[in-house]
Amino acid sequence: MNWINNVVRPKIRDFWHKREVPENLWVKCPETGQMVFYKDVEANQLVIPGSNYHLRMGAEARLKSVFDEGKFEKIGLPEVPLDPLKFRDEKRYVDRLKDAKAKTGLEDAVLAGLGTLDGQDVVAAVQDFAFMGGSLGMAAGEAIVTSMLKAVEKETPYILFAASGGARMQEGMLSLMQMPRTTVAVQKLREARLPYLVVLTHPTTGGVTASYAMLGDVHIAEPGALIGFAGPRVIEQTIREKLPDGFQRAEYLLEHGMVDIVVHRHQLRETLSRLCSLFMERRELKRRVEPDVPAEAFSASETPRIVVDNPARDLPQQAANDPGTIALPSPEKAAAE
Amino acid sequence: MMIRTYLDFEKPIAELESKIEDLKSLKGDDNSVSIGDEVKLLEDKAKTALQETYAKLTPWQKTQVARHPDRPHCLDYIKALVEDFVPLAGDRYYAEDMAIIGGVGRFRGRSVLIIGHEKGSDTQTRLKHNFGMARPEGYRKAVRLMKLAERFGMPIISFVDTAGAYPGIGAEERGQAEAIARSTDCCLGVTVPIIALVIGEGGSGGAVAIATANKVLMLEHSIYTVASPEAAASILWHDSARAQDAATNMKITAQDLSAMGIIDTIISEPVGGAHRDRTAIMRLAGNMLERALREFDGMSGEEIRRARHDKFLAMGRTL
Repeated sequence: MNWINNVVRPKIRDFWHKREVPENLWVKCPETGQMVFYKDVEANQLVIPGSNYHLRMGAEARLKSVFDEGKFEKIGLPEVPLDPLKFRDEKRYVDRLKDAKAKTGLEDAVLAGLGTLDGQDVVAAVQDFAFMGGSLGMAAGEAIVTSMLKAVEKETPYILFAASGGARMQEGMLSLMQMPRTTVAVQKLREARLPYLVVLTHPTTGGVTASYAMLGDVHIAEPGALIGFAGPRVIEQTIREKLPDGFQRAEYLLEHGMVDIVVHRHQLRETLSRLCSLFMERRELKRRVEPDVPAEAFSASETPRIVVDNPARDLPQQAANDPGTIALPSPEKAAAE
Repeated sequence: MMIRTYLDFEKPIAELESKIEDLKSLKGDDNSVSIGDEVKLLEDKAKTALQETYAKLTPWQKTQVARHPDRPHCLDYIKALVEDFVPLAGDRYYAEDMAIIGGVGRFRGRSVLIIGHEKGSDTQTRLKHNFGMARPEGYRKAVRLMKLAERFGMPIISFVDTAGAYPGIGAEERGQAEAIARSTDCCLGVTVPIIALVIGEGGSGGAVAIATANKVLMLEHSIYTVASPEAAASILWHDSARAQDAATNMKITAQDLSAMGIIDTIISEPVGGAHRDRTAIMRLAGNMLERALREFDGMSGEEIRRARHDKFLAMGRTL
């Protein structure tokens, strides 16, 4: 303690020393009602020891849990217009934003970082449900787009932890347009042949599921996570029936072919690491070998186009391979770009 | 004589027009000149009232016009604008979803693919088309057809008119979210131009799935929303009865969206809405669609695709 600590007003000091532990030391399992000591839950990656219920994880904690030694570099985001519609419902939207920022310490609902996972570079982004229900507005959309393009630039796999109630109503159509915008970025990942791994966490619904969260190369879900397009309440109101048990849960989606695997949080990091290394193997091999080795040496049917200066890299898969496609751009044109 | 449906804010016009009808029927019995003059006077009055009302529609009133039961729907546009139309059905995986119509035909001399939401125009057809609310099969059909169009170098015209994708157990089971995402993905990926025209309601993700286009056109009194005003009201105020407030605050009109750069062109409607002069709106819509398509003549597939990517990436960055 030096003299300045005593001079600084208590309010500002509080801001510096943010509480690490929530107010209540005990948490109740939403499933069984069992009371558990929060420290134990936290030490268990926010999974309730007895019931295995997966509590929501904040963005910062999630990124720390993925990257080696919890270290990562935050990906800077371009600024977006604040409150473009001058929206007000029961509260002014600017006030809602202010509250959410104070509550979560985040700029908006998505936090993205670049770091290593078991030694390999990866970009990961997390949607924090605590920030206005993880809703997808312009800032969140921009964060997804920017971080996906960062992965393309750095040639790394991209991992997304989805959690969202859907579009951010307060931004109207500008929010809805994040669906196509993020999808463009997904296509850029795909063109660059970088693996895009989606981890669906509790809950992921609405416009987020109906765009980038369902376009992954691999869909992983956390146990019990609610995943769907329409929320259960909306469906119940529409069809006026009670919904079946387990409806829209991770296991249900697995059964219906919408996710690849349901993975316990304790095995999640290892699963992601394994997938990244498997999907990146050919690229890594190619990177290590001399660049003038013919590409056929690694490929049976397709040629990985990964050399950065190769102008053909930007050609879409289909246009290059499908002789039926009209208007193939000339190689000169592609090179000029 | 067709019975016209009037919206609540059209009440003064409805009264005038019914008076005109009454006088006209009187005229049949009694051939006096004064009645003819009176009819003329009332007709002028009705016309002015209509003009004045429609010149300053509120977002909520536009929502009502966009949902007007007599408003021309997708099939009407196809019938008026597309020759040699061959409807194509089915997603080849599960079912045919008639909430989304698809087919190939000739539009102003060029072969095109048409997709669009169809709401239906009476109880029977509304049920048949599920009120224009598509299930995953509908979006998967759209994908199948868009890929077909791409393979044959046919431009795509899509008519957008849905309250949203259908929220039901079966739809969720078969991956509604994934189907919508793939359809948007396909719109962004194809190497042929896509022109979307919002003819009524552009509702949420269910609309985006086929409206992610090189050019997005909107009829003057149509709306395009992140969620239907009712749904937004129940999210924001926990009361779907506050739909009017939601409609007002969310900037859902063609005029607002054009100002924000979200849509490209507004097509003006006949006075009193598209349903009051179908021939006129069809002609104008046809002209504007043709003009939009022409912009892509001579562009390579990759240029067209890239233009679409750039357009959406830039959206909202300069507000």
